[in-house]
Amino acid sequence: MGTGDCTVPGAGLMQTLLDKLWAAHEIRAENGQSLLWVDRHLVHEGSHHAFARLADRKMAVAQPELTFGVADHYAPTRQRDSIADPKVQVMLDRLDANCRRHGIRLFGLGDPRQGIVHVIGPEQGLTLPGLMINCGDSHTSTHGAFGALAFGIGATQVAHVLATQTLWQAKPRAMRIRFDGRAGPAVTAKDMALHWISRLGVGGAAGHAVEYAGEAVRALSMEARMTLCNLSIEGGARFGMIAPDQVTFDYVAGRPFAPEGADWDRALQMWQTLQSDAGAVFDIEARFRMEDVAPTVTWGTTPDQALPIGSCLPDPAKLDATQAEAARDALDYMGLQPGRPLEGTPVDQVFLGSCTNGRIEDLRLAAAVLRGRRARVPGLVSPGSMLVKQQAEAEGLDRVFRDAGLEWTASGCSMCVGMNGDLVAPGQRCASSTNRNFRGRQGRDARTHLMSPVMVAAAAVTGTLTDARPLLEGRI
Amino acid sequence: MAGWTVHEGQAVVLDRRDVDTDQLIPARFMSASRAEGYGGFLLHDLREGEGDFPLTRHPQASVLIAGPNFGCGSSREAAVYALVDAGFKAVVAESFADIFAGNAVNNGLLPIATAQAAQIRAELGGDTARAHIDLGSRVLTLGSSRIDFDLSDTAQTKLMNGWDDIDLTRAYAGDIRSFRDRRKSDHTWVWPKA
Repeated sequence: MGTGDCTVPGAGLMQTLLDKLWAAHEIRAENGQSLLWVDRHLVHEGSHHAFARLADRKMAVAQPELTFGVADHYAPTRQRDSIADPKVQVMLDRLDANCRRHGIRLFGLGDPRQGIVHVIGPEQGLTLPGLMINCGDSHTSTHGAFGALAFGIGATQVAHVLATQTLWQAKPRAMRIRFDGRAGPAVTAKDMALHWISRLGVGGAAGHAVEYAGEAVRALSMEARMTLCNLSIEGGARFGMIAPDQVTFDYVAGRPFAPEGADWDRALQMWQTLQSDAGAVFDIEARFRMEDVAPTVTWGTTPDQALPIGSCLPDPAKLDATQAEAARDALDYMGLQPGRPLEGTPVDQVFLGSCTNGRIEDLRLAAAVLRGRRARVPGLVSPGSMLVKQQAEAEGLDRVFRDAGLEWTASGCSMCVGMNGDLVAPGQRCASSTNRNFRGRQGRDARTHLMSPVMVAAAAVTGTLTDARPLLEGRI
Repeated sequence: MAGWTVHEGQAVVLDRRDVDTDQLIPARFMSASRAEGYGGFLLHDLREGEGDFPLTRHPQASVLIAGPNFGCGSSREAAVYALVDAGFKAVVAESFADIFAGNAVNNGLLPIATAQAAQIRAELGGDTARAHIDLGSRVLTLGSSRIDFDLSDTAQTKLMNGWDDIDLTRAYAGDIRSFRDRRKSDHTWVWPKA
C-alpha cells in the first residue's frame, strides 16, 4: 500500500465467496438488481408453466446446450412400463415434448442416468465450481456445495432463463455458518443442518446466502456437503455454498461432462481462487460446536422444530406466547403428547431417498445399521439416481434393504413430495430422510419426522424413533 | 398481465406463521394448466380441515393478513397462482420467504412486509376491514389506520406496469451476447464437454 493511505490496507478488496461468484456472472447492475448470466439451467416436469409462457410468446430457448431436462418430480418408482396415473404420464410427456421441441438434452425415464436433478447434476459433472446454476426447485442450493452460485427460482424466472439465459436478481446479504470440532458417531451433515435451523429458525437466514465453513465442514465428503447446502432453504437461505477444495476437485475429475485436459487446468486455476478472503466481512456470522450436535429429529411441522433424539417433546405451557401456539398446533397435527420423550415414539413406516439424502454414502450408512436385521415397519428406499441404484446393487446394498423387508425401487423425488403417487397415508407417521415436514407434504394429513438416513434405518429396525448410535456401533 | 396502481378491497386474517407453499397449494394439484384456474386449490387442505376458515367465510377478500415467513419452502409459483386466481392482490406479513416474494411480484401480487402485521392481526381477529392500497405512494390504508410500506423501485415498476422481465431484458440483448462470447472464450471449460 502507498504511504499516506489511511484506509485499512486492502479493505474493500476483501471479498466473500459470494462476492466473487456474483461479480463473475454480473452482466449489468441496475436499481439494486443484477442481470446475471446462467451457466446451467436444469428443468423438470414442474417447469411446464415456464415452457407454456415461452410458447405463448413464440420464443425459442436461448442456449439449449446449457439447458438440461430431468424427469424426477413425477417419476414413477415402480412399474415404469405402464404408468397407471394419466396425470403423471401427461407430466412426463410434456417434459419430453418440450425438451425435444427446444433441442434440450433430457435425462428421461428410459435413460440409465435418470435421477433427481440435484443428484445427477453433480454425478454427471454438470455441476462445477464457479458456475451459476438455476433450477425451478428450491433445493438448487445443493449445487453450492461445489462453490457454485446455485439457487432455486420460480416459473416466471424459469421462462426468463429459457428465453435469455439470464436472470435479474438482487444480491443477497452474506452469512457465514461455522461448525467447529469433529462430528461424533452417527452425526451427519443432516444433523448439522437440522441443528443450525433449529437454533436460528426457518426464517433465520432469509435474505442471505449462507457460506458454510469450519473444521467440521472441511471434513465432510462431497456428498455430505451437498446435504448441508441442500437444506439451506429450510433455514430461509436461497443460497448455500462451500468453498471448493481438493475434496471438490477429486469428486469432479473424470465425470462425463466435466472439463478435461487444458480446459481442466484452466478451470482448476480459477477454482482455486474461489474462497472468501481472510478478513472478508459477513453480515451475519453464526458459530456452532460439533459437541453440541447430536443425531437430530424433527417433531413438528417446520424443519426448525427439531431436537436431539435424547430430548423430550416441548411443552407449549413452558414456551413464550409466539412459540407456544405454533408448538401446540404442531404437536396436535403430529399426534404427540407435550413433554414426552422423543425416542420411542412409534412410527408406521420409513422412507429413504430424496435430493437431500439419496446418495450412495447415505445408502451405505443406512445399510450398515440394517445389515442382518429386520425392519419392524414397512418402508421404501428410492436411490437418488439410477446410477446410485446401480452402484448400490453392485455393492449388495439392495439385498440388505430387501432382506430387512424394505422395498427397493427406481429413482425419483418419490415420497419426499408425493407427486408420483408415493404417498404416506393420512395419520401415518413416517421416519424420513427428506427435507420438509410441512403439513401434508408427504401426503394429506401425513406425519413426517425428518432425520438422517442412519436414523431412518434405526427407526426401521425398532419401529420407533431411535438413537442410531448403539445400532451402528462396531459396524463402520 | 395487467398492471395496477390502486386497489380497493377487503382484508382478511390468516393468523398463522410460516405458511409454507405446500399448504398454499398441495402438490397433487400442480399438474393442472393455468387456464384451468388455481383459485380452488388455495390452502385446500387447511380450508377443508377447519370448518370456520376465514377465507371460506370471506370469499370476496383480496388482501390477506398473515404471519411471519409467509410462503416458505418449495419454489412452486403455483402458490402465487392460487392466491391470484382466488382474487388476492396483496399479502401483508412481518416477512416473506425470498423466492415467494419474487414470484409474487412477477404475477402482480404485492407482498407487503411490515412489522405492523401482528398488530393488524390482533385488531382484526376474525373480522374484515376495508383495505386501500396505493402502489404509487406505497401506502396501505386499513380501516382508519395508515401503513407506509417499503417496496423496491423495481417491484413497484413491475407491479404498476404489469411488466414482464423478458420485455425489460430484451433491451440488453447486446450486453448479454458480448458477455456470453467473452465467457465462452475466456472460460472455455464452462461449456459442457459431452
